[in-house]
Amino acid sequence: MIDNYILAPVFIHLFTAIAQLMAWRKTVTQRVMSVIGSSLGVLLAIRLFTKVYHSGILTMNSSNWDAPFGIVFVADLLSSTLVLITSLAALAVSLFSATGLSRQRMLYGYFPIFHFLVMGLNGAFLTGDIFNLYVWFEVIIISSFVLMTLGGRKAQLEGAVKYMAMNILASTFFLTGIGILYGITGTLNMADLALKIKLVENQSLVGITACFFLIGFGIKSAVFPLYYWLPSSYHTPPSAVAATFGGLLTKVGIYAIIRVFSLIFIPDEFTKNLLMALAILTIVTGSLGALIKVNIRRLFSYLIVCHIGFMVGGIAMFTKVALMGTIFYLFHDILVKTNMFLIAGLIRQMRGTMNMKSLGGLYAQYPKISLLIAIVLFSLVGIPPLSGFWPKVYLFQASFTNGQYIFAAALILGSFVTLYTIANMWSEVFWKDVPAGVEVDNKFEPMPLFRKILLVLPIGLLGCVTLYVGLNAEAIIVLVDKISDQLISTQPYIEAVLGKQN
Amino acid sequence: MKSPILQSATKYLLPILLLFSFFLLLRGHYYPGGGFVGGLVASIAFVLHSFANGTEATMKILKHKPLSLIPVGLAISTVSVTIPMLFGLPAMTGLWLEEPIPVIGMIGSSLFFDLGVYLVVIGVVLTILFTISLNNLEEKN
Amino acid sequence: MELLLIILIGLLYGAGVYLILRRSMVKLLLGIMLLGSGANILIFLLGGITKGKPPVIDEKAKLFQDIFADPIPQALILTAIVISFALTAFAIVLLKRVYALVNSDDLDDLNTNEEEDI
Repeated sequence: MIDNYILAPVFIHLFTAIAQLMAWRKTVTQRVMSVIGSSLGVLLAIRLFTKVYHSGILTMNSSNWDAPFGIVFVADLLSSTLVLITSLAALAVSLFSATGLSRQRMLYGYFPIFHFLVMGLNGAFLTGDIFNLYVWFEVIIISSFVLMTLGGRKAQLEGAVKYMAMNILASTFFLTGIGILYGITGTLNMADLALKIKLVENQSLVGITACFFLIGFGIKSAVFPLYYWLPSSYHTPPSAVAATFGGLLTKVGIYAIIRVFSLIFIPDEFTKNLLMALAILTIVTGSLGALIKVNIRRLFSYLIVCHIGFMVGGIAMFTKVALMGTIFYLFHDILVKTNMFLIAGLIRQMRGTMNMKSLGGLYAQYPKISLLIAIVLFSLVGIPPLSGFWPKVYLFQASFTNGQYIFAAALILGSFVTLYTIANMWSEVFWKDVPAGVEVDNKFEPMPLFRKILLVLPIGLLGCVTLYVGLNAEAIIVLVDKISDQLISTQPYIEAVLGKQN
Repeated sequence: MKSPILQSATKYLLPILLLFSFFLLLRGHYYPGGGFVGGLVASIAFVLHSFANGTEATMKILKHKPLSLIPVGLAISTVSVTIPMLFGLPAMTGLWLEEPIPVIGMIGSSLFFDLGVYLVVIGVVLTILFTISLNNLEEKN
Repeated sequence: MELLLIILIGLLYGAGVYLILRRSMVKLLLGIMLLGSGANILIFLLGGITKGKPPVIDEKAKLFQDIFADPIPQALILTAIVISFALTAFAIVLLKRVYALVNSDDLDDLNTNEEEDI
């Protein structure tokens, strides 16, 4: 079914960004526009999602060129759900950054760039063309470079250089892979590639191309040997930016791995083993890193790496149950990780530091906010019935039925370390008294009530969505079940793009 | 670099290069050319002027900040992309006037897309170059 | 022609990787640019080289009678060049700011301790 509506979540952010560029240096106008644009984005994403849920995969051939020749946009269940969750996270971040960000950064164009970033994310989820995916990735990384360097302390520039070098390298790998893929198949449309890749005689060349894509996406999603840039850059930018990065950017890499490996390079035994080894090592290194960190955001960065391993492991098993676990975890992870970095930002506002050694006493001072944060922390750890629990059930089930006992052990290790570090953080930050000799720089207390609400509201919003996902897991499981069906039998996707095949 | 030869040459080269960039912009629909190339040529014209007369002089003849070209260009491009959607066609479909207009030739929505790209490219290139060269000036002083 | 391009691609990739592995910021930038050019030529080569024919078909032709070059690799390369132009411009500004702050070209001087975190 052809539908122009697909691009609405992309265009709304583009319009918002242009309107904000016109209102250059008018920070109040930009803030209002940002919140309005993101709210409209959520509404449009909800409409797109319900449309896709009820009437099947939607496609749109841009410029009216027929499918394998032009650029096609496809909204299947996976991409439309991700667009919805991304829009929710974007709304939370734009609410938070309306007060949680220094005016200086807004003057340098934080808001327009942020909306370009969200536009790039939505575009990457919705495109059905592999080169167009590359272009959206570049939109994402150029915007993220700017967001990362706004401000420009030394530590921030250090993180930005590492981030820039690794991400440009990843794009080059991705581009090389696309070049070889075009050379051996002569097409760039993902649905068409799915058909043509089977006809290539030299299948080992296909395997090498798959490795190029794996390295490219692996750097972006921070899997084991390629993750070093993440913990050394995500703790430097302001928290609103770190929330966008930590919640969404690595997940685009995971989305791309899922899309490319379910549609084009169906994993064979070698790829499965490779992905599984990478997943296990990612979990182990991520959790080892998380154990020793005392800075909250560095801790969260390592937890991101650790949890990326969960998802890659699910892809590596490539059975229906495993994919259900992976996709459920992907949804949960976007919501929770965005929220975690927002919480880090809130703690920074309350105490002026993110070092656990000099934090403390938050529960005594703000019991209600602490309870709200506790819900988020619990769902990150995966206490039933919160959202982190359900995907792990599926991942465990899949790893036992497939005989992947090492992965099951790694899952236990990862979950246990998450529990330990979060419990440690809770006692250090919330329960412990403020250590003697530490001057508390509380910027939160003197704020007017409106700004306080604006800071806590996004955390509450994402927390409510997390609660909904956890408590209403039955509906989500039905959705995830449909998505993994679409991923395993790709025929409906191909037919939606190219029309009925003979 | 203050060379009188370059300075007097730029006086004539600036309008010629701008005209050439506009030619490239219009030619792009059937032949090599287009908004991006045209925009680059136009920004090169201003860069040449800033080489000859200094960055401040170039900023003076531009009157506005090049940054303000970016939203205008983006808006023109986006409108030309979304207008086909109002007619029920997929986004980015080319809409063309029936009759060609003298000198310019056929006019369609893709011309406006190119015009937007042209403005954005000039804006981005000049913003980056001015940022770099003004930083250098500040460091020297 | 193909063989020459293959050797050139190998050289560009090799030189790019070598330069990225150095510690100097300028060499990092040059390495990234060389890798990008290598990838562009790779697309050009794998898209099939058609000598001396433009990717344009005569307006009046109803059938593809003449040989014509594949326009897609050229469109891809053009897009990739535009993107790498933006990335390079940004990288230059970033590295310049880093140089102004650290006053050194060595990437190792940029490292900050964990204790200095906020």
